[in-house]
Amino acid sequence: MAKKYDINEVEVWDGNYAASQALRQAQVDVVAAYPITPSTPVVENYGNYVANGYIDGEYVMVESEHAAMSGCIGAAASGGRVATATSSQGFALMAEVLYQASGMRLPIVLVVVNRALASPLNVRGDHADMYLGRDSGWIQIDAFNAEEAYDLTLCAFRIGEHMSVRLPVMVHQDGFITSHTAQNIHPLSDEAAYKFVGDYKGVDDMLDFSKPVTYGAQTEEDWHFEHKAKQHKALMDSRTVIDGVFAEYGKLTGRNYKRVESYMMEDAEVAVVGLGSTVETLRVAAKQLREEEGIKVGIVAPRCFRPFAFDEMADALSGVKAIAVLDRSSPGGAMGAFFNEVSAAVLSSANRPLVTNFIYGLGGRDFSIQEAKRIIREQKAHADAGHITTQIQQFSGLRGPKLGFFEAKRS
Amino acid sequence: MVEIRWHSRAGQGAVTGAKGLGDVVSTTGKQVQAFALYGSAKRGAAMRAYNRIDDEQIINHEKFMLPDYVLVIDPALAFSDNIVENDKETTKYIITTHLSKEELMSQLPELKEREERVYVVDCIKISIDTIGRSVPNAPMLGAFVKISGMFELDYFLDRMKKVLSKFPQKIIDSNMDAITIAYNEVK
Repeated sequence: MAKKYDINEVEVWDGNYAASQALRQAQVDVVAAYPITPSTPVVENYGNYVANGYIDGEYVMVESEHAAMSGCIGAAASGGRVATATSSQGFALMAEVLYQASGMRLPIVLVVVNRALASPLNVRGDHADMYLGRDSGWIQIDAFNAEEAYDLTLCAFRIGEHMSVRLPVMVHQDGFITSHTAQNIHPLSDEAAYKFVGDYKGVDDMLDFSKPVTYGAQTEEDWHFEHKAKQHKALMDSRTVIDGVFAEYGKLTGRNYKRVESYMMEDAEVAVVGLGSTVETLRVAAKQLREEEGIKVGIVAPRCFRPFAFDEMADALSGVKAIAVLDRSSPGGAMGAFFNEVSAAVLSSANRPLVTNFIYGLGGRDFSIQEAKRIIREQKAHADAGHITTQIQQFSGLRGPKLGFFEAKRS
Repeated sequence: MVEIRWHSRAGQGAVTGAKGLGDVVSTTGKQVQAFALYGSAKRGAAMRAYNRIDDEQIINHEKFMLPDYVLVIDPALAFSDNIVENDKETTKYIITTHLSKEELMSQLPELKEREERVYVVDCIKISIDTIGRSVPNAPMLGAFVKISGMFELDYFLDRMKKVLSKFPQKIIDSNMDAITIAYNEVK
């Protein structure tokens, strides 16, 4: 029996510590990990809890992130609750095995502390690794602050392990900005947290010798497509489960999450759509601009990056004239991937808003309230003019000459 | 919103100091934020840590800040770092130095212009005398408690003891001494 851990009603925890406490409270059986900045403390703390008797679990040291996820797959297929954490290059090295985990329908929880991808080498937060995971078949949930990293890690076990989901779940938080920023957190008691997460229920456990099963089988053109389609459908169908888990967590804590989070959108004329900790900074800017300049601006953000809430995103933005979509990942010769997804969603709505794309914050470049306000004012200018008055893709916060691409050909 | 910027070298405990301050502030019912900007992430490299304190939940994640307090816990950084960056007309400075305030200001004209808002305390010496090694974060907290008037000293000491509760009694006691001496000596 694991020892009890003293927790106060209000704690001052950073995002890493918060996530590691969620792993402890969920009594994760196995963590196979190869620590990497800035997510190191998540698994380091787990190892600490195991060593000091606060978890009946096992910390498996491995030789790479590829091996870490492979170890997680083995443990999950055997029939245990499994989690790990990674960032950036580690995530990239894990990429091959991420697809194995989702294809085998193993409900592993991966705490991803978002960090830029080299080269040039950089340890700070951007969303390059999160974007790298977007077609991997994992559910991807995004925390905007440390308390949310705690909440959503607990929710991730419930979602992934749900009998009609059985998919791995990533819980994202921004490197340093969230992972290393300590803030007030209101954790659940160990009892309440474990009661919410519940006992792990196995499906086709390899250690159940009475029912031998195969994991990682080969299928060619005869069945591969059907497996992938089923996996996609499971992701799409997980939406209602996610809503249900969020609702239940809301009742428990008063903290209510939605797959698309809207802020001040009721009467908004323009909107900014973002991801991660930026969303909160955008909310500060929006509130101030409403008071100072009377600009009717709202902020929209997907809580769930995957499955992407195509319809809720369109609904949230159905009343606005101009939208800025913020991508914190180098687009590599295209429009930002998030811009493309939001644009596709609003294309199916009647209002056909003017949508522009900002690439910002790469490698941890600061995103200030002043810059957020500048972007919002620009959206207001588009809305007033009835057409896009700038280039469609712009770089925000970049040093040197202004960089942007593409002119609008419609009003 | 109260904003605090710590100037430190990696390893001097600015992050621990900022988090410790956050811990204590949170017990008063206020909302806090404590974070750091690491330079090259090497021991001894110049770095900055930050606190925000407010009555409402802090959702501002920008690194940019107009500090109300600047806490310098390494003596040389007053000379080599731009400690007056983005300051306000009310920003208060607490600087670790073995120099007197007059001697320090005679060498740093930008501090002379802010004379009535500059306070000095020798956190290095205090920590060596009490804790036995150079960890200037704890005494800086004592100096901050005095200058900010944010807490009564006894309240702060009592809460800080709880924050440090996992350490041996000797370390807790020496930290309390360091905080108290700095509280009394800062000027």
